[in-house]
Amino acid sequence: MKFLALILANLKRKKVRTALTIGSFASALFLFGLLIATRNAFTGGVEVAGADRLIVINRVSLIQPLPIAYRDRILQVPRVTAVTFASWFGGVYQDERNFFPQFAIDPATWRAMYPEFLVADAEWDEFMKDRQAAIAGESTAKRFGWKVGDRIPIRGTYLPGVWEFNLRGIYRGSRPEDDTTQFWLRRDYLEENGPAWFKGLVGWYVVKVANPDDAPGVIAAIDERFANSPWETKTETEKSFATAFVKQIGNIEFLILSIGAVVFFTLLLVTGNTMAIAVRERTSELAVLKTVGFGDTLVLWLVLGESLFLAFIGGTLGVLAAKAVAPHLSSFMYGANVFLPASNLALGIVLALIAGALAAALPALSAMRLKVVEALRRV
Amino acid sequence: MSIPLIYNVRSVRQRWTSGIVAVLGIAGAVGVFVAMLSMARGFKATLVASGSPGNAIVLRAGAASEMISIITVNDVQAIQNAPGIERGEGGPRVSPEVVVIAAFPLKKTGTDANVQVRGVSPRVLEIRDRVRITQGRMFGAGLNELIAGRNVAGTYAGLDLGSSVKFGGGTWTVVGIFDAGGSAFDSELWCDALVLNQVYKRPQNVFQSMTVHLTSEAGFPAFKDALTSDPRLSVQAERERDYYEKNSRALTTMITVLGTLVAFVMGIGAVFGALNTMYSAVSERTREIGTMRALGFGGGSVVTSFVFESVFIAGLGGLVGCAAVLPINGWTTGTINFETFSHLAFAFRVTPGLMGIGIVFALMMGLIGGLPPAIRAVRRPVAAALREL
Repeated sequence: MKFLALILANLKRKKVRTALTIGSFASALFLFGLLIATRNAFTGGVEVAGADRLIVINRVSLIQPLPIAYRDRILQVPRVTAVTFASWFGGVYQDERNFFPQFAIDPATWRAMYPEFLVADAEWDEFMKDRQAAIAGESTAKRFGWKVGDRIPIRGTYLPGVWEFNLRGIYRGSRPEDDTTQFWLRRDYLEENGPAWFKGLVGWYVVKVANPDDAPGVIAAIDERFANSPWETKTETEKSFATAFVKQIGNIEFLILSIGAVVFFTLLLVTGNTMAIAVRERTSELAVLKTVGFGDTLVLWLVLGESLFLAFIGGTLGVLAAKAVAPHLSSFMYGANVFLPASNLALGIVLALIAGALAAALPALSAMRLKVVEALRRV
Repeated sequence: MSIPLIYNVRSVRQRWTSGIVAVLGIAGAVGVFVAMLSMARGFKATLVASGSPGNAIVLRAGAASEMISIITVNDVQAIQNAPGIERGEGGPRVSPEVVVIAAFPLKKTGTDANVQVRGVSPRVLEIRDRVRITQGRMFGAGLNELIAGRNVAGTYAGLDLGSSVKFGGGTWTVVGIFDAGGSAFDSELWCDALVLNQVYKRPQNVFQSMTVHLTSEAGFPAFKDALTSDPRLSVQAERERDYYEKNSRALTTMITVLGTLVAFVMGIGAVFGALNTMYSAVSERTREIGTMRALGFGGGSVVTSFVFESVFIAGLGGLVGCAAVLPINGWTTGTINFETFSHLAFAFRVTPGLMGIGIVFALMMGLIGGLPPAIRAVRRPVAAALREL
């Protein structure tokens, strides 16, 4: 640690170069942060999926409805502890670009099914009292500047007309990766005021099982119960439902990994080159250090330390900038929940340090192996 | 007097390690930029190709897509008598259509993905004249038969020619494979609209959209006016191309924004790399620069010379980057189109124009990365520069 001052002094000699190298690290890690946040936006649903929840949809496809009468029949399946249901509202707020998911939910059972979404008791009570009520997720409310008490007009797409809702509450997620872009309205309100063909049908059911290990048995039991009916079902765990959805979007992992690899490789080259130049310029100086008694390993660490220091500063700046920018990407990505948890930030900084160490490895080794006599003889 | 350009080319060769680093840094940024844009272009091109110039699509007034539109059989009767529609031997060339979504397992991952199933008129090939049956035959009117787009058979398990599949309460046989020229239809299954309505227990005689073949492209305004002024109808007509272009917009914007952002940040990183390379090039050559100045080369020509060197390196980087992404041209990939909620296959398109944009991007990075070091090079007094080690 006492050599930190020496490392800093060396970095201060060429301020422009130091700043540029920090900039390289910062831009690479900024990108890393954005890429990870993009990935999170698409795959976040998989990681937060409840292990004890199942999704029941129409066998034909997600957009085909199921009859509301299935609720009681699903509840009769052994090991099922709770059932709730919802329908897709799919409306447009002001402009078609302002996309966010709107669910018409069953007020009586929804909250107990999703304990990870936190709503204040008072707000929930208001929601229960008012048929035209709605609750918005924190990030959607923030995006449009909504406050509790606002009246929000939403134009239906498959349901005709403009629907107005009273915002009675705002829900938060208990974890950073929880999706807080949803907008909940009351299904009973749609049932009353919607067109005739909408009545008696729901979009999907969510089923809670007593124990995650019961899931395979319950899945088979539900699908068997409705087999050969006009409305056959397909039941899946929430996780496999989310996974299948992500797979449809495409091979995001591959895209992110390949861009990430190019960025990382470029970063290695750039910093490796900079460190090599720094060592080459200082050959005679390093020789002097060795002459006055600095050990080979210590010289190695001086060079490595310089690079690691740059990597740490640049990496930290980069991931913090990414964290600040990430939420703003949401509006380009169908309103997805773009987030960057602390573990990802830490991973980014570790990656930066690895890049710093790798980049400085060769120059540091050559500094270590430097023969004093030869080095001093050079110019 | 200007310094010969060969001086710069030779000096790049002299310090080739730093040169390669700068070239690769810029190549990375250009490569990612071109690759992302080629993805957006490919997606858009696939959808836009779905629209034929001579076709128009009719939807319920206010409906943004087929999925949420309704056209009744009375509407169909009224619309097919509108002026401008081409008439063949079997009557007006129109196809009232129904679209549903069915889930099939993807071959690659085994998980389900949504396929758009389009119920069409048995005469649809007269309306979409670029669609050809390449294997098997057309479906028979009134039968539970399907024809599959060429990407469908390759992407999903169990949809090969001759196989039978169950969905929507019916059993279907795949009797043909069609080629829709790289458009979105290549990712669809087609069958008789009336059969699809029956099997899905949808109300008979209700469709979602109607595609009409016009006698000429110029006939569209008259056709549109006729529909909007007809008091019986509450529909809107669009050119088929415009409709599909609009459908591609959300995803194209997303890829373009993300791609440009990634490339921009990588570009900043690459400029930092180029600046570092050029600064060290300048400081290593302080004496050389001093000598040139002493020989009578002016400050301007030294600056030009160094900027040229940097732009030369960047240009090389741009070429390498474009060359590196060229092989992805034509790669087919798929994604979900949120406008239709179904899976769509499309190919990357690396066009010459796109590569041109990539090269310009590279040259700009070279300019930004070369100018400050070049200016520093001439700022030092000649005498001081010559005294330098």
